Amino acid sequence: MRNARRLSAALLPAALVLTAACGGPDTADGAGAGDSGGAFPVTVDDARGEVTIDEAPQRIVSLSPSTTEMLFAIGAGDQVAAADEYSDYPEEAPTTDLSGFTPSVEAISEEDPDLVILAGSAEDAAEQLDKLGIPVLVLDAATTLDDTYDQIRLLGEVTGEAESADAEADRVESEITGIVDETKEKLGDTDLSYYHEVDDTMYSATSDTFIGQIYNEFGLTNIADEADDAASSGGYPQLSPEFIVEADPDLIFLAYGGADAVEDVAERPAFDKVSAVQDDDIVQLDEDISSRWGPRVVDLAQEVSDAVLAASGEER
Amino acid sequence: MFGRSRPSWAWLLGGLAALVAAMVLGVAAGAASITPLDIAGALLAPVWPGMESPLDDRQAAVLVELRLPRVVLGAMVGGLLACAGAAYQGVFRNPLADPYLLGAASGGGLGATLVIAFGGDVFDSPRALVPVAAFLGALLGVAAAYALGHSTARGGTASLVLAGVAVSSFLSAVQTLLQQMRIEELQRIYAWVLGGLGRSGWDDIVMVTPYAVAAMVVLLGCGYLLDMLALGDEKAVSLGLNATAVRLIVISAASLATAAAVAVSGLIGFVGIVVPHIVRRLVGTGYRMILPMSLLVGGAFLVLVDIVARTVIAPAELPLGVVTAFLGAPFFIIVLRGTRDRSM
Repeated sequence: MRNARRLSAALLPAALVLTAACGGPDTADGAGAGDSGGAFPVTVDDARGEVTIDEAPQRIVSLSPSTTEMLFAIGAGDQVAAADEYSDYPEEAPTTDLSGFTPSVEAISEEDPDLVILAGSAEDAAEQLDKLGIPVLVLDAATTLDDTYDQIRLLGEVTGEAESADAEADRVESEITGIVDETKEKLGDTDLSYYHEVDDTMYSATSDTFIGQIYNEFGLTNIADEADDAASSGGYPQLSPEFIVEADPDLIFLAYGGADAVEDVAERPAFDKVSAVQDDDIVQLDEDISSRWGPRVVDLAQEVSDAVLAASGEER
Repeated sequence: MFGRSRPSWAWLLGGLAALVAAMVLGVAAGAASITPLDIAGALLAPVWPGMESPLDDRQAAVLVELRLPRVVLGAMVGGLLACAGAAYQGVFRNPLADPYLLGAASGGGLGATLVIAFGGDVFDSPRALVPVAAFLGALLGVAAAYALGHSTARGGTASLVLAGVAVSSFLSAVQTLLQQMRIEELQRIYAWVLGGLGRSGWDDIVMVTPYAVAAMVVLLGCGYLLDMLALGDEKAVSLGLNATAVRLIVISAASLATAAAVAVSGLIGFVGIVVPHIVRRLVGTGYRMILPMSLLVGGAFLVLVDIVARTVIAPAELPLGVVTAFLGAPFFIIVLRGTRDRSM
């Protein structure tokens, strides 16, 4: 399985880019607080257009970790029959060896699902599921925090958990706002710059990406915004070592795992001249939390907040 | 020159039987639990009075919408690639000529990539143009490899292969560059380059069938012309054959066959070497037999390869190109050792 993980990691920037190019979902019928939990049939807009769900699904196959986390957070976890190989959170998620990147439609049909939720990059599988008459929801990766809140609410609608989904979306939003406000209060005006590293081949993320917007909330400056291909790469440019050393970021965030990752970055040629390396401000984020735009973005915001406060010499 | 003579119809029947057997296996293998007995029952139920189909609606849909088109397309792609390989080998009188090595496949791949990545800017439905673009790219690839091979060292086996490798590498580099420029399409193109049938449906089959049929009609009709070419150009000309015209027609048809295969399944190597080589062992060196046999055996071969691709790391799938390379690369070395640069 290590190889699959490596390949997925290699394709991650591509997958992120793929899904970053599209907008998030809109709820078609103006969902809001006060919707009853059992308003079926329900019609929502997904990445491909309108989808009508006739009755509350009981056997959902969720093929993206973000979606799985959202479903469990809104109390629809017991309706999830199977989740993809990387859906390892929460503990009780029914992780299988199904792939979310290259879904096997036959293997999905074996689960006898009454709703399949796919990531945006797997749209061709959606067409095959259509042919089998299995309801499909295609959710593009969120590109803003608002997309995340919308997706949580949309999943609430299609699972009959609209009320608790509303509450969950509100909770995530207010907690993030709280973390940001508190951090900014302690920080005052900051001119800290940062470099976010998606993988060890120095793919980064600009301020226009989901993760970039999280850093934006804290008032940080992103060195990747100045990259030549910041826009053409869909927000995920590959930076050169020279560029990074030249930009001299105060903070380096690593969004991938590995026990020696921080050390490896510090030991790259010429990186000893970078402020973040000199001040030990290389932060290894939890690789799952920093790549899933679900309810745990709160934890991500907390990780960033801690790092920023540490870098600015503040007491935590 | 005309190898061992054997009752040809028996061989062709055998090839057909192998293809049918492989396709039955292909329909029965997969992630969904449908047994061959279920399939037989499902096929018999409509015509057998009082018999219930053992499959529920969903299993039936899996069978009709996923398995069948995949197996049919696998047979088509394998047959096309093997037949194209045999034809290239006949035209270039070179046992190592192969759609993949000659630059036809990578040229076709580049043509298709161009359309996938940029076609949307110009056309409403670029999908339908993929085979056409792949055909032009395939022709270009073969022409470049052949010209390069001939300009360097009188077009011997080794120089043609080296030229093909150079052209393929260059075209692949251009393709990688394009992918980087259009990174939002990267993942789709990446999956397609490695070759696979996992996303095929009846619409793909409808799309390539006209190209495939046209290419096959021409190629199968050219068997005796290739046999005359095999006698050597002088001899062929003295028999009233326009060698240049025959070459052009056969190369075009083989490139069209390659393009049709590449357009729906991506780049799948080595089928065009392995299959004709096996076929030659069976039926001798007459192209009137080699071409149709390659079509049948190639179809059976790729359907079997696809079963391997589907089952080895199920429910994930191996790219087909990976499986054929596993089987084909050692084969290639055996053939290479056997040639020692004598013409066929």
